[in-house]
Amino acid sequence: MTEPVLSIKDLVVEFPFRNDVFRAVNGVSFDIMPGEVVGVVGESGAGKSMTGSAVIGLIEPPGHIASGEIRLKGERIDNLPEEAKAKLRGRRIGMVFQDPLTSLNPLYTIGEQLIETIRTHLPLSEAEARQKAIDLLTEAGIPKAAERMESYPHQFSGGMRQRVVIALAIAAEPELIIADEPTSALDVSVQAQIIKVLKKLCANHGAAVMLITHDMGVIAQTADRMVVMHQGTVVETGTVGDIIRRPQEPYTIKLINSIPTIQRQAGDVTPEEAANDDGAYVQVKHLVRDFEIGGGGFLKLLPGKVEMFRAVNDVSFAIEKGKTFGLVGESGSGKSTCAKMIVGLLRPSSGQITVDGHDIWAGGAGHKERRKRVQMIFQDPYASLNPRWRVADIVAEPMRTLGIARNRTEVDHRVAELLTRVRLDPSVMRKFPHEFSGGQRQRIAIARALSSQPEFIVCDEPTSALDVSVQAQVLDLMQELQDEFGLTYLLISHNLAVVRQMSSAVGVLHNGVLVEKGPTDAIFDNPQADYTKMLLDAVPDISRVA
Amino acid sequence: MTDLPHSPEQPVVAAKTSRWRTFLKSDIVWSYRHSPVTIVASIVALVLILMAVLAPWIAPYNPFNPATLNLMDGFTPPNSNSFAGSYFILGTDNQGRDVLSTIMYGSRVSLFVGFSATLFAMVMGVGLGLVAGYLGGIWDAVIMRVADVQLSFPAILIALLIFGVARGLIPPNQQEGAAIWVLILAIGLANWAQFARTVRGATMVERQKDYVSAARILGVNPFIILLRHVLPNVMGPVLVIGTIGLALAIIEEATLSYLGVGVPPTQPSLGTLIRIGQQFLFSGEWWILLFPAVTLVLLALSVNLLGDWLRDALNPKLR
Repeated sequence: MTEPVLSIKDLVVEFPFRNDVFRAVNGVSFDIMPGEVVGVVGESGAGKSMTGSAVIGLIEPPGHIASGEIRLKGERIDNLPEEAKAKLRGRRIGMVFQDPLTSLNPLYTIGEQLIETIRTHLPLSEAEARQKAIDLLTEAGIPKAAERMESYPHQFSGGMRQRVVIALAIAAEPELIIADEPTSALDVSVQAQIIKVLKKLCANHGAAVMLITHDMGVIAQTADRMVVMHQGTVVETGTVGDIIRRPQEPYTIKLINSIPTIQRQAGDVTPEEAANDDGAYVQVKHLVRDFEIGGGGFLKLLPGKVEMFRAVNDVSFAIEKGKTFGLVGESGSGKSTCAKMIVGLLRPSSGQITVDGHDIWAGGAGHKERRKRVQMIFQDPYASLNPRWRVADIVAEPMRTLGIARNRTEVDHRVAELLTRVRLDPSVMRKFPHEFSGGQRQRIAIARALSSQPEFIVCDEPTSALDVSVQAQVLDLMQELQDEFGLTYLLISHNLAVVRQMSSAVGVLHNGVLVEKGPTDAIFDNPQADYTKMLLDAVPDISRVA
Repeated sequence: MTDLPHSPEQPVVAAKTSRWRTFLKSDIVWSYRHSPVTIVASIVALVLILMAVLAPWIAPYNPFNPATLNLMDGFTPPNSNSFAGSYFILGTDNQGRDVLSTIMYGSRVSLFVGFSATLFAMVMGVGLGLVAGYLGGIWDAVIMRVADVQLSFPAILIALLIFGVARGLIPPNQQEGAAIWVLILAIGLANWAQFARTVRGATMVERQKDYVSAARILGVNPFIILLRHVLPNVMGPVLVIGTIGLALAIIEEATLSYLGVGVPPTQPSLGTLIRIGQQFLFSGEWWILLFPAVTLVLLALSVNLLGDWLRDALNPKLR
């Protein structure tokens, strides 16, 4: 049997606090064989990134490795002095980080950064290093690499930058690459390409990969074996196919079951298909929004032509009462701009939005109808609740503002009822938002949205900041509330699987244009527009496990 | 909550003690207890402030009551008896006023002007900063350009200018009584821009957050949003600048009074005392200058150190 590239044994990482010691990693053991791609998957706080940091010796003090050992090709590296560890980084272990914006130095050209890295680790001349850098960039799929060597990082798109980062990581021919959420900051279509590049480059150069991610879909399409982590310990290890098809441990089973998939699963009830008639509850007609580009303040007073950018271009769709319409698109597609116009935060440049027959942008009357009927659930549950307010006040704000309940006892009573509805204990009323987890905060946000007794709720990426198992609970809750109150949802998401699970009809936005809309099954099973086809192909999905 | 088993009073008391306990365990108390410099600074500041506030009751003499002054006590050195036989721990000045008592009464004026001017600057700066940051556009452009222009001059020059103009507008027979208020106005107006800048930046961050959007969707009045949602979330940095601003305002007041344009001589502040004292420095009566100057330095330094500590303690990045 060949020797593993990386061997981790009973690793424990501890963070001492003033009166407590927190074990971020608690007895983790696994091996990575040469040329193998091992996915380390887990929800936030599972200790997966901390394991990666321990391997390259970059744990932030006061954290430290308390016990256990890490071996690279049989040689212990966890107890090496700092200078020796520094020599390992880049030379024998390459790193790819999540955010391609911050992992390249903005003051140096791509070429300078690559050549510097290559020459630090390999005995090459300037010209040889330059040639190698160009070869690496070409291999990473950067067109006209020789010309782009003189470009600065800001002249590249996010996906291109991540390619450069991968080229940098592989530059010194390391034995192991640690990729920490390499695609989480990228759009779906770019994500697929980056996974391919990472896989190809590592295979060509014979590097093993430790792929750390929360996204089971990425693992399914990339890794050979996977390690499932939960609260600092390894729950299950095995080949990707085995774990996804036949998970053994209760935690893994729960995790796999909570992941939505873009395939319709047998036994799912197909939501009725929405008919697109004029009597629909919410109607969006020819919606357009332009933004001015460039200077603000005094510059606006100067005469001259103002350049315009059209973020939303002639978008029309309709939502039946009690149904969910999914709006799908990548970043910059204008989906959030649409949401802002529909809830009344941003005035449309032209077009009309009617809710229950009332034009919501038609002066005071429309404004009043909108406040009564429309509510919104936001993406980031950390920013959507005022940190200085108690939960009771947060949930009560809409009913107080709209005058639904006035005296204290009645307000308290209703708040308690709403909290019970979203499955929180009513006694949490007196607490502040920071005392809750992300999923609990999103429940509080849902309770607030329901507090004004709306009929239509716009959900802007309601679960993309949450872990998968929490996401499943929140989606279940949303579904339940829809059935109970007959709510109409506009679900905006980049996550196609979530949209498929929740919506009866779907619209696909691309560069501000609605390229396709129709019943969910029709779009997912038989897409017409090229963009939709490309998007559906690109999604890493656990049903696509090799 | 009607279904709680406790009597109505119990939970309130429990909540209060547990809140006090959480406070004692909080990071800010911890960082205070682990910073000896801050502990010393806060004790010095507290002693000086108590001396000033309690001056009418604890000062050994009333230096501004002509009936008790005796010119025979003049120029008594520290820790000795005067010709007239009275004991003065820090000596007396040319008019026979007890230096310790003048310092205590002088700190009173200095602190009152410092606190009031900082409060005035804070209210004005926070208000304008909130408006500029939240409304943006032309409001932001006008308010912040005025702030920029003002920040490009030393604050003391602005205060001098405002003081001069305001004095000119007040009829001469009221100047004496109005002087202290004009001084507060001048120092306050000279210092609002710092607050406005900080609050504007913080407001621009907060107004993008979804909790503000949630309130806007509901149609909550913008004034209420600013007051109840945004303001509590931007106050952290304001308190820090406020503390450091207090030290600055005390020094600015002293500078103006030293130049002779501040408070009237009948109501001397620390700056006025230093001005009086420097006339006698080279004739050997050093104590008339030294003690007020040391008090001013201690006061400004301790308040400044407290401000620095507060800034670090509230900034998680520096921990």
